[in-house]
Amino acid sequence: MSIAKQVILTRIRDALARSPQITYESCPREYRRASALDVRSRIELFEDRLRDYGSRVYHCSSDQIADSIALAMRNAGKTALVIPDGFPRTWLPDECTFTLDNGLSYQALDGAEGVLTGCAAAIAETGTIVLRHSGADGRRALTLLPDYHLCVVRQSQIVASVPEGIQAATEFATSPITTISGPSATSDIEMTRVKGVHGPRTLDVIITEP
Amino acid sequence: MSIRVGEAAEAPEFPTAAKRLIQDSQIRRNVRHATDVIRGKRNRVVAELDDWEQLRASAHAIKEHTLRNLVRYLEQFEAACTNAGGEVHWAQDADEANQTIVGLIQAEKKSEVIKVKTMTSDEIGLNTALEAAGIIPSETDLADLIVQLGRDQPSHIVVPALHRNRAEIRQIFRREMNLPALSDDPEELAAAARAYLREKFLRVDIAISGANFVIAETGTVCVVESEGNGRMCLSLPQVLITLIGIEKIIPRFEDLEVFLQLLPRSATGERMNPYNSIWTGVSPGDGPQRFHVVLLDNGRTQVLADEVGRQTLDCIRCGACLNACPVYQQTGGHAYGSVYAGPIGAILTPQLQSMQHSQTLPYASSLCGACYEVCPAKINIPEVLLHLRSKVVENRDAPVYERVAMKIAALALKNADRLSAAQSVGRIAQKPFERDGVIANLPGFLRGWTAVRDLKPIPKQSFRQWWAERDQSK
Ligand code: SF4
Repeated sequence: MSIAKQVILTRIRDALARSPQITYESCPREYRRASALDVRSRIELFEDRLRDYGSRVYHCSSDQIADSIALAMRNAGKTALVIPDGFPRTWLPDECTFTLDNGLSYQALDGAEGVLTGCAAAIAETGTIVLRHSGADGRRALTLLPDYHLCVVRQSQIVASVPEGIQAATEFATSPITTISGPSATSDIEMTRVKGVHGPRTLDVIITEP
Repeated sequence: MSIRVGEAAEAPEFPTAAKRLIQDSQIRRNVRHATDVIRGKRNRVVAELDDWEQLRASAHAIKEHTLRNLVRYLEQFEAACTNAGGEVHWAQDADEANQTIVGLIQAEKKSEVIKVKTMTSDEIGLNTALEAAGIIPSETDLADLIVQLGRDQPSHIVVPALHRNRAEIRQIFRREMNLPALSDDPEELAAAARAYLREKFLRVDIAISGANFVIAETGTVCVVESEGNGRMCLSLPQVLITLIGIEKIIPRFEDLEVFLQLLPRSATGERMNPYNSIWTGVSPGDGPQRFHVVLLDNGRTQVLADEVGRQTLDCIRCGACLNACPVYQQTGGHAYGSVYAGPIGAILTPQLQSMQHSQTLPYASSLCGACYEVCPAKINIPEVLLHLRSKVVENRDAPVYERVAMKIAALALKNADRLSAAQSVGRIAQKPFERDGVIANLPGFLRGWTAVRDLKPIPKQSFRQWWAERDQSK
């Protein structure tokens, strides 16, 4: 054990010598941990929050995903996007170009028009997308360097509240996780909100059944 | 042992610094504007949650539980983080942490690092130590960049450059980024920072971060941010060094469900901040491949030893108490002479330094209680302030400090709203001491006052309230 560690732990023990124990179980948990919202209301709330952030939101059934992607790209003025290895090929529209991220350099990602991914979960109350950085979510750099992010969210992935989102993420707690709530932003200059500092300036979302 | 809190040991005492700053009307205007805006946003999003008080109660309890079991949780974190490919280092004080970090960077043979906002690194004076070792640190948070390029000091723990307006920022960027045509439009200023930093993000191969929460159970670290500079630093470089105060630990992953609701709403008035990065050790092929954690004491164990003062370590650095504080609003952050300003700074800075420096800081408050009311971790800041005042008085001759307290009270009492806020807190604070309509025993240094005389409690209703109600009932 390092000397510093020994000293610090001894100091903590001394500091607490006369203090009674407080158990984890005794911590109150009276806040809302689950919500009563049904699927419809969850989707509506999620969409509401996303629009608040300035995102374009599209809805489609499971067999129209390719069409929705094509429409979203057209509206955003994009012709080519990078996709992660685990992105379902059947969702890709023929008329657009897609580049597979098989370890592209940061420079290549930086120069890309945008990126198309799935996600691991979504939280309605805060308009949050949760990425677990595997499969259709892609590695961390992928959704960071390009200026445009289009994300496909399945209805069944949308939970109502933050506690439910964290509970969902507990399943993959030790994978790298990024939560995204709207495009990157700063209010550091006179508290004026400026959209798009270092992350993607535009985040659009396709919500698909089921 | 050399416990250091930025330059706090050498800084002028609060009343001296405050006097000068109060005369700077530009800074006062900037601070006032910024704190008003954040407070308004915070109040709106906090009002949306009907379980806000329950969340605060949980946060407070979880933090208190964690502190009582700190040895167990730190060891659990170390084991889990190591198991996931991280390497954990321990540092007793600022110098030891700086030496460790400089050593790690030198072992990588690097001379440049990118940094994500970390108050803890300002606390230990890391940038100065890096520069002394020939290593160039680049701050990447926009506000930190403004502070660094302006050779300035942070004045707020969440919005460090809040004392600067757009014209001043333009001037700094024009000079330092060599952009003579830059306008003062915030969009354009942010775009300039984006271009200036992008090159560094893509090139510099080693990053330094702090952490908002570290999870004992899983060895996981969480960084909360808005701009994406955090994600850049945490995912692009090959090497990551994360500096963590030992009080940042929480027991379980699911505890994030409490803190990730409280922090963004309290700090920036958002339902959720744009990005949270949550990672555990090293992930092959994704993100930094060498990950070091430096666990820092630097006076925290001494704070822990004080039964009243230890709640200071529950702080999640949201800045809400600064925005709510009538004294901070008047003076801005620089008066506190520390990287930690406002009410939290007034209790944290002197305690970290074993009450040997910054002894006027516990007087930098009118005890109006606004800080306690907004604190998401439910830290009873007025209680700690009073407790620390009594400690100061034990050490030193009191009258000087009483005079300081009076001056600061005057700041608060000049305005009717603040007076009534102070009274309502006083009414609650006096409850435990009230017996048969008089206050006969006050704690701490106030004991001297009540030892020989009884005090009339603050009446349930002030004259102003009575007058207003009388008008209404007519
Ligand atoms: S003391 Fe409370 S209000 Fe102040 S910064 Fe810390 S957590 Fe926030």
